[in-house]
Amino acid sequence: MSSPPNAGPNAGPNAGPNAGPNADVTYLDHAATTPVRPEAVAAMTPFLGGTFGNPSGGHSAARAAKTALEAAREEIASLLGAEPGEVVFTAGGTEADNLAVKGAARRARADGGGDAVVTTAFEHKGVLASCDRLAAEGFRITRLPVPATGVVDPGAIAAAVDPDTALVSVMLVNNEVGTIQPLEEIVRRVRERAPGVLVHTDAVQAVPWIDVAEAAASVDLVAISAHKFGGLKGTGALVVRGGIALEPLLEGGGQERGLRSGTSNVAGAVAMAAALRVTCAERAAEIVRIAALRDRLVDGLLATVPDAFENGERAAKVAGNAHVGFRGVEAETLLVALDRADVCAAAGSSCSSGATEPSHVLAAMGIAPDDALASIRLSLGFASTDRDVDVALAVIPRAVEQLRHAGAAA
Amino acid sequence: MGERVLVAMSGGVDSSVAAALLLEQGHDVTGVTLKLWGGESDSGCCSVGDVEDARRVAAQLDIPHYVFNLTDTFDHTVVEPYVREHEAGRTPNPCVECNRSIKFGALFQRAEALGFDAVATGHHARVTAEPDGSYALRRGADAAKDQSYVLYMLGQRELGRTRLPVGVLTKAQVREHAARLELRTAAKAESMDVCFITRGGRRSFLAERIDPRAGSVVGLDGATLGEHDGIEAFTIGQRRGLGVATGERRYVVDVDARTATVTLGGCTDLLRHTVSLRDVTFVDASPVGRAGLCAQTRAHGVPVASTFDGTTVHFATPQPRVAPGQVVALYVDDALVGGGIAT
Repeated sequence: MSSPPNAGPNAGPNAGPNAGPNADVTYLDHAATTPVRPEAVAAMTPFLGGTFGNPSGGHSAARAAKTALEAAREEIASLLGAEPGEVVFTAGGTEADNLAVKGAARRARADGGGDAVVTTAFEHKGVLASCDRLAAEGFRITRLPVPATGVVDPGAIAAAVDPDTALVSVMLVNNEVGTIQPLEEIVRRVRERAPGVLVHTDAVQAVPWIDVAEAAASVDLVAISAHKFGGLKGTGALVVRGGIALEPLLEGGGQERGLRSGTSNVAGAVAMAAALRVTCAERAAEIVRIAALRDRLVDGLLATVPDAFENGERAAKVAGNAHVGFRGVEAETLLVALDRADVCAAAGSSCSSGATEPSHVLAAMGIAPDDALASIRLSLGFASTDRDVDVALAVIPRAVEQLRHAGAAA
Repeated sequence: MGERVLVAMSGGVDSSVAAALLLEQGHDVTGVTLKLWGGESDSGCCSVGDVEDARRVAAQLDIPHYVFNLTDTFDHTVVEPYVREHEAGRTPNPCVECNRSIKFGALFQRAEALGFDAVATGHHARVTAEPDGSYALRRGADAAKDQSYVLYMLGQRELGRTRLPVGVLTKAQVREHAARLELRTAAKAESMDVCFITRGGRRSFLAERIDPRAGSVVGLDGATLGEHDGIEAFTIGQRRGLGVATGERRYVVDVDARTATVTLGGCTDLLRHTVSLRDVTFVDASPVGRAGLCAQTRAHGVPVASTFDGTTVHFATPQPRVAPGQVVALYVDDALVGGGIAT
């Protein structure tokens, strides 16, 4: 293929604006994904080279890979407050959510248990789409609205539980507005009403900010995703507490105790363990550092941009989340303006075509549609610096002003 | 001179080459694909597959590429009115409304807000800068592909900020250019028909959205010839699917939504000397009273010598009745000077 006409003489096919974030880009979308930690790269590199074996084998090459896989599993289990046998490797958070929700509900019904699921309306699509599938299979799904604070009311969850409820699913941290849910209290209240109900939590957004081992200690099914804390995209895990039966999604060679067949992603698991180790070790200090950056960013925007507002209660948010709106501005257009100024941010969720979709999370919180369409998410993470905030505070108000001046209405 | 141009890329070969040409001309090019229709039948134009095609071409050309979600605006300004017009017994042209409200409406506004100097599309038409400082909209170089008709509503403000790079090329030249650049869409088939009607055709699309009102099919003498299930299945000038057995060839001569009556007649009964227009627009000065005017009543119809008094077009030779809701575009030689919607 000939070199693209816009590229310089030495530019390869990946040069130019589509090459990905670089030092000149201000990346404020850590909730979407994080850079891969150098510790993760270092840990996984041998498995891209000499230690390439398939752990499901009997020879020395397999054993070396198996040893590494199980060492990774043990470390991850320990950091998540689980037994090694309770950690099921998946290809990410969405798969973990699907396995938990569909697997638990279908198994419960097959075993003569209930056929109802209680969840919230602002769960990640991995949970909600799984619930839609269950609904098509005849399950009764209750999707509860959420207060504008973005914090679920444990009483409301518990009140929706009835003798037919097989599963309750409530995320630990919401991916859009970053609010932390009172999971311990929810589990307690739910178990009061129905001792046998299974509880699942999507903890994908929680790991960098919360000690999941502690926060989800009483939760039956806990989903995590490595690329949210410096691991690789396409890798994750589901904690399945001992004794809980699930109907698997993927069947085949029986790996992961039959819950998730398929040759293990050894390099991915090793990278995940390394990333999780560093994340947990640095978490306490990082929370303080990043919360200060976030507060400077949001307070700065609210102070300098007229008609700006914040979504979700700040005190209930994880340290890296900022979700702000600017009345009279279309979020999608603002994101393009920011991208043209080399600032990466997000809004709602992206559909497969890359277009911005209206946020079901903000709708679930009862946020006015006009405000929802004018809101964006800025999310910080371990790679965020003061300079990121400086740039954002310079670029965002200017972009908002330009769009308002041009009359781009929400 | 390098302008910042936002190119609407549908994933098709015309808009792909439009972007490539602008780059070659030294402009700062950005591509955008419009997400207009995200319904369950999302397999028409600008579906995920088309967005992927556009994105790949953008990557090949090394230009940034965005996707704008305009599904709500599209629904309000194109789809809903399309349904309501059919319900009223008229024959709308949704591509025209999309150009008016979306491509040269919402997209135009966004482009300006984002600081672009111009918007470009792959339409086969030309914008020329005239000696007197005005802009003209002219037919594309490829007469068979000319799309000036669907751009009839553009005025000086839009034309001054519109670039139509492929309008100077024939379709064959466009494909050659795409092939030379090894663009992925060089051999892609053209999209046909209404982009948001992807399965089952117009009748079933409308049937899902309009409550059927049965009525009579009558002749010009008032005699009842048959029954029908809903007037939206009929268009002025329609010859097929009339649902009645007739001896000679018959055409829909009139559709009355109020009484749900469809009237049939012979070929000559369709002929009219005039058509009256509403929502008339001019590209520049009003062509009222101008000599050498031609009227074109279909997207690829043959233009007819005419005069225009501001409301009514008078044909030099009688023409089949223009279905209410259709666009009539007025030309002087190859320049489109204005147009309106038949009443």
